[in-house]
Formats: sequence, structure tokens, C-alpha cells
Amino acid sequence: MDHNKKKAYLINAIAIVALYLVFFVLIQTKTMNNYFVGIAIMTCIMIIMAMSLNIVAGFLGEMALGHAGFMAIGAYSSASFSMALIDGGLSLPPIITLVLAMVVGGIVAGIFGFLIGTPTLRLRGDYLGIVTIGFSEIIRIFFINFGPTGGAAGLKGITRLVNFNNVYWITIIVAFLIFTLGRSKQGRAIISIREDEIASEAAGIPTTRYKVLAFSLAAFFAGVGGSLYAHYQSFLEPSKFGFMFSIEMFVIVVLGGLGSLTGSIISAIVLTVLPEMLRSFSEYRLLVYSLVLIIMMIFRPQGIFGRSEFSLTAFIESLIRRKNVKNSIGGGEAS
Amino acid sequence: MTVLSAKNITMQFGGLTAVDQFNLELSANELVGLIGPNGAGKTTIFNMLTGVYVPTMGEIMLNDQSIIKKTPHEIVKLGASRTFQNIRLFKDLTAVENVKIAYHNFIDYNMVQGMFRTKKFWTEEKKAHEECMKLLDIFDMGEYADTLAKNLPYGQQRKLEIARALASDPKVLMLDEPAAGMNPNETAELMETIHFIRNKFDITVLLIEHDMKLVMGICERIIVVDYGKTIAEGTPDEIKNNPDVIRAYLGD
Amino acid sequence: MNLFLQQLINGLNVGSIYALIAIGYTMVYGIIKLINFAHGEIMMFGAYFAFIAATSFNLPVWAVLLSSMVIMAIIGVAIEFIAYRPLRNAPRLSALITAIGVSLFLQNLALIIFKPDPKVMPKIFPETIYKIGEIEISSTTLITIGLSLFFMVLLDLFIRKTKQGRAMRAVSEDKDAAILMGINVNRTISLTFAVGSALGALGGVLYSVAYIQVYPTMGVMPGLKAFIAAVLGGIGIIPGAMLGGFIIGMVETMTKAYLSTTWADAIVFAILIVVLLFKPTGILGKNTREKV
Repeated sequence: MDHNKKKAYLINAIAIVALYLVFFVLIQTKTMNNYFVGIAIMTCIMIIMAMSLNIVAGFLGEMALGHAGFMAIGAYSSASFSMALIDGGLSLPPIITLVLAMVVGGIVAGIFGFLIGTPTLRLRGDYLGIVTIGFSEIIRIFFINFGPTGGAAGLKGITRLVNFNNVYWITIIVAFLIFTLGRSKQGRAIISIREDEIASEAAGIPTTRYKVLAFSLAAFFAGVGGSLYAHYQSFLEPSKFGFMFSIEMFVIVVLGGLGSLTGSIISAIVLTVLPEMLRSFSEYRLLVYSLVLIIMMIFRPQGIFGRSEFSLTAFIESLIRRKNVKNSIGGGEAS
Repeated sequence: MTVLSAKNITMQFGGLTAVDQFNLELSANELVGLIGPNGAGKTTIFNMLTGVYVPTMGEIMLNDQSIIKKTPHEIVKLGASRTFQNIRLFKDLTAVENVKIAYHNFIDYNMVQGMFRTKKFWTEEKKAHEECMKLLDIFDMGEYADTLAKNLPYGQQRKLEIARALASDPKVLMLDEPAAGMNPNETAELMETIHFIRNKFDITVLLIEHDMKLVMGICERIIVVDYGKTIAEGTPDEIKNNPDVIRAYLGD
Repeated sequence: MNLFLQQLINGLNVGSIYALIAIGYTMVYGIIKLINFAHGEIMMFGAYFAFIAATSFNLPVWAVLLSSMVIMAIIGVAIEFIAYRPLRNAPRLSALITAIGVSLFLQNLALIIFKPDPKVMPKIFPETIYKIGEIEISSTTLITIGLSLFFMVLLDLFIRKTKQGRAMRAVSEDKDAAILMGINVNRTISLTFAVGSALGALGGVLYSVAYIQVYPTMGVMPGLKAFIAAVLGGIGIIPGAMLGGFIIGMVETMTKAYLSTTWADAIVFAILIVVLLFKPTGILGKNTREKV
């Protein structure tokens, strides 16, 4: 690791801790009431969902419109796991239970991602899109009809294990892992498929394997997001994981910029907080939301960030540079 | 020693026979040209040799191993890589990233090590970066390392594609019309480079060219195809005076 | 046997409606390669206009249908002009998101204008029930199937025999070549939206008559199923959309009758997935391979 990289890590780490401290103080002093804490938690979950979807939609460049299905699998399996654990009388510390449930939710969703991805990734573009919608609808209909998890009435009595403290740090870890994935040899291989699949094969990349890998990883992290959702809401109903929810996540990713993880984060924050802010407009809020979407796409079709990432280090450096230029001009005048 | 051989390979699309019982034998360190008029089946031959198409009939051996029904990436791993007639770079990635993708199989860390950025990740990535930069430097492209492929000048894009094909450390390098769209100066420079890399990397080069004059200069052996069949084979001088070749190019 | 025949007729009834809506998806996709997510909402608005024409203005049946189709044709053209045309050269996914935006916009507009509670769609067709043995066929069913088939034949003639129809085929085949041939591409695309939206509106009216209800989110599920029908038949191919519509309608009806009501939609999706895995470009689609 060279000096610049170390500096970048340090700056980002400071920013992450500082942001956490701001929230910590706001929550401790009750400046942020439970309603706003709830929005913050949902925002973190949506950040995980958007970033995980970006692995398939942005890195791999495939249209995946069934992300809610994997989230549902993660949510239901992790909830069933934690309920069984607690019913079984195992009294682990809550954070351990949550992490175990998350791993279970992620792995089960990841397995389904693998099983669904293997046959379907031969399809491309719109056809793949419609097949992913199909699978996620089948998953939803399965949960409506599946008695052991409450069927259409929903699954009640999940222990609430998620609070802002743990969801914040879990989101940071997931964001870090997806970010580093994009800059590893595996990530490069996945991105090369988006760029040109035939050239990627000709460069020696086993494209089928990497497509399935991208799909399974996206499903894994969607399962993690779903686990957090389940242990925050403490209640799950199949209707939440419908087609429109998948579309909502896809919109977040495209609006942030396909392939831009920081874009996904910012877009997830805006699109989760915005509808809440518009609540005072009540019935007009979704109308405004959809208009914003249309206008945004007409004027910036590549999303907020396109494919590039927002770099805090570069941002700070440019600020310092501007200041230095000003100082030197000021100094010149004085002398 | 034969590195790559094709025996009676035939490719039919529906009722059309694009390549008819084509034979090829490439020895180590040879520089061979494959020429022929437009639509003669040259690129189809390439696509069979690199696994893009599976021949309807025939056998292809690479280093004494059959590569029929092998996927393109498996064939790359066995030691044959290629470039494309219509440049296929990863346009939104930088030059050095393009090369690194083809260097993939020599970077040794798994996904978990990559995601958690272990020490192995850093050392392997550093090594990969240095190796790929070395390769770019051979093509005098070091200064373009961080330029997006789509922003490179045309001639540089052609060179980058060759550099990428070399990154997988092939025994056989197949170039599909590398000089297409280049001006005479660029072409001359490219031909020199091809000669140079053949010696430097000690590889066999198979070259498709549409323009006969270009290959005459550097190839030791030339194969002429027309209507999917070999119509002549020999040294540049033999080919130059072959009546069948002249007929194929100029018509009866 | 009687039950089966009865279900066959029901399947044809639902299938013809899906086919009408699917045509709109496929025509738009064929010409600008866009999944027009707002098509389900076009269908919903079509149903609402018919509802207003029938209840507030007491128009005769033909005028109810015609007014709804004409208004929706105009709205369809307007949507293309305002929301899709500026994005014609943008990345395809951006256009897709815009279509999703338009769909959400229309849905919420309907929620504000018409309120969320379902309205009862009046019986706009003269209602008699014919009995053949033990099978009952209502005149509404017959009219639905008849009208759908009539418009499909009309569309087919229009596409094959008229100058504008030829222009549509030319633009969906190769837009650039069509421009060079002197075809006004913008006008052709507008016309496609007009025709597709009018047929979607008709589908919406027939759907609301069949299910006796009109409500703001009524377009979502039939819209999705019609889209599936279009993909199943091979998207971009008009006969494919018709075929797909009938297949989906039939499968849905038969599953509900013989297997399970709750799993019906899942089975429709499963069939779609299986068909696409074996025939990735749909039943009537042509396989294309990328040139290397």
C-alpha cells in the first residue's frame, strides 16, 4: 500500500467515524426522534440493496428486475433462523444472533442466485429482465402460499435486533466489500463482460462463471439487506416484495449511475428520504417523485455520476488547492 | 515442431459452406500470412481456431491437444490468443486495465482475499500492474496507460489490442487484419512491431491480411484461400507468381 | 368436458384482451426498442374514459369505444413526444426508467383524479346469455372476442397493405435506412404509439367490462401479463403478441379452473421462463448471433 492510498483510507475512515458521531449525538440528545432514526435505518438498508443490485446492473451490465425476490428469500430465511434460535432457548448476544441470521439469509439468497443465474444468464437484455421479474414473482407467490412462514398474512414476532448503531457499521462493511470487489481481478473480469463479452472470452475470462458469480454475489448481499429489513421491521409480508419494489431499487441504481457505487449510495439516500419529506404533500408525493424521475432522465440520462465514483480525497484535495491558489494570489498582492 | 494444426476443418452455415476442408500447420516461431479476397472465409477460419465457432467437421490441435468444442477462454489458457478485425477493446476502461484483464490468469488471489484486501492482494496487484506496464512500454504506450481505450487514437487502439492478446502469454498469436484502417506509415511501423514481438516473445504469429502486398514483406509463408478452400501455399515469391492466386484476386 | 369447453371460451375471452394489450407493447418495442411500462396505465385510462363516457354522457356503445380509443391514441402520442423522444439516443436503460416514471405518474394522477376506490363499470354491451347444451356464453364474451379479432385483422391489413404500415415495418427493420428512403421516422413512431395506445385502450375497456371494475392500479397486472405475452411470442413481432396473449389467457384460465387459483400467476411465469430457456427469443422470434 503506498502513501497516497494510505492517506485516502485515513480520510475516508475519519469521514465515516465523524458521520457516525454526528448521528450518535443527534440520537442521544433526542434531536432525531424515532421517526427519523427509522428513516435512517431504512436508508442504510436501501443503500445495501442498491449497491448489491449494482453488481449485476452496473458491473455486469445486465438488466435484473427481480432483486426484491432475493431480498425476500434473505428476509424470510434469516427471520426463520433467528426465531428458531431464540425459540430453542439459545441466548446469544443480540449482535451475534443478528450476524448469524445475516450470514444465513445471505447464503440462502446467494444459493438461489446461483440456481436461478446458472440457466438464465444465457439470456440477454430485456429477456433476462423479464425472466428475473418472473422468478421474483414466483418467489413472492410462494411466500403467499407457504404456511410455515405465515402465508399471505405475513410472518410476525421476529425479534428486533437492528438499531442504527449496528446497521450503520454493517452498511459500511458491505459498502467496503462491494467497492473492493469492483477493484479486484474478479471485479475487473465482471466489468469486462459488460464492456464486450466476446472480447472478454478472447482475453481468457471464463465469462459464464463470472456472470453466475456476479449474480450470486448480488443475491447474497440482497439477502443480507433482507435480513436487516426483517430484523428491523420484526414483521414480514409477501406483498412488500412485489414487482414495484424491484423496480424501485433498479431506479435507484440507474439514477445514481450504473456502475457507480457512490452514485448508488447518494441516490439511495435521496430516493428514500425524498418521499418521506414529501409526506406533507400526501397524495401528490408519488406524482412529484415520478416527475422528478422523468425530468432527471431527460436531462441526465447517464445518472448522477455516470460510471465514475465520488472521491472524498480528491474532493478535499481540490478544496485545498483552491484555497492555496487564493492564498498565493492574496500573498502576491500583499508583497 | 508443430504448435497449431487444423485438419480438414469445414464450416457450414445452413446450406452455405464458408470453409471447406481447410488444412493448416504452424511450426514454432513461424510468421504465417493468411490471405484471400473479401469473403474468402479467412475470419471464419480464425473463429474456428479460437473456439468462437465449432467446426462442422475436422480436427484442430493446439500443442498436441484437441481444442474442438473448447470455449474461447479455454483455448486462451492453452496458449492461443487473438485480435479482432473490428477492434474490440473494453472501451470504458483504461489501457492498462485492458491489459490487466487478459493477465487475469496470472494474478493469484481469490475473491475473499480481494474483497478484504489482504497482503496477497496488494503484492499480486502490484506485480500485475508492473507486468502490464512493461507490456505497454514494449508498444511505446506507457504514457497512455491511464487513458480510456475509447479515447486512444486509432493506431494506438490497434496496438493495445495486440498488447492485450500478448498478456495471456500465448504460444500462438492470431491477428485479424491488424493493419485495417491504418495509413502506410502506421502499417509499416506495425509490421516492424509484429516482427519484433515474434522474436521477443518467441511465439508463432498467424496473420490475416486483406492486402497482399503488406504480408509479402514480413511473412515467411503465405496461405491463400478463396471460396473457403486453400488455393495456394508457399513463400511470398512463389505466391506472387502463382496463376491461381492472380486469378482469385483479379478474376478471370 | 363441458367444464373444459366453458373454460376454453373463458380463456379465449381473457386471451383476446391480453393479445390486444400485448400488441401495443410489441409495436412500440419493435420500433424504438423500448419496453413501454406506461402501456398498462394507457389501458387503465382507456377504461376510465369509457366509464365516464358511458355513465356521465350516456353515449352509445360505439361512441364509448371510439372516444376512449381516440383520446388514448392522442395521449399515447403525447407521452412519446414529451417523455420518450428526448431520450431516443440516450442509453436504453434511461428510456426504460423514464417509461417507469411515466407509468408511476399516470397511476398517481389517476389516484388523485378518480380516487382509489373501484368504480362499477356499467354493462355497455347488450347482455344475453346463449346456452349450447350446458355451456353458457354471454354476448359480452362473444363481443369481446369478436371485437378483438376484428381489430387484429384490421391491424394486420393496415400493416401489410398501406403505405404507413409499410413505413412502420421499414422503421422497425432499420431506422437509418428508413430515413434514407425518405420515410418520416418521427411521424411513423407517433403513428405506432397512436395505434398501440388505441388498441390498449380498447383492451382496457373490454377488461373492465369483463371484471366489472375500474380502478387506478387495474393496469399493473394485466399490463405485466400482456408484456409477458409479447415476450413469449417474440417481442417486436405482432403475430407473436397475439399468439402469446391467447396462450397466457388460456394457461391462466385453465390453471385457475383445474389446478389452483393462488398459484395461477406463478405458473404463467414458470411457463414463460421455460419457453425462454429453450427458445431465448420467444416462440416466433428469430435467433440472431453476433458477428465476430
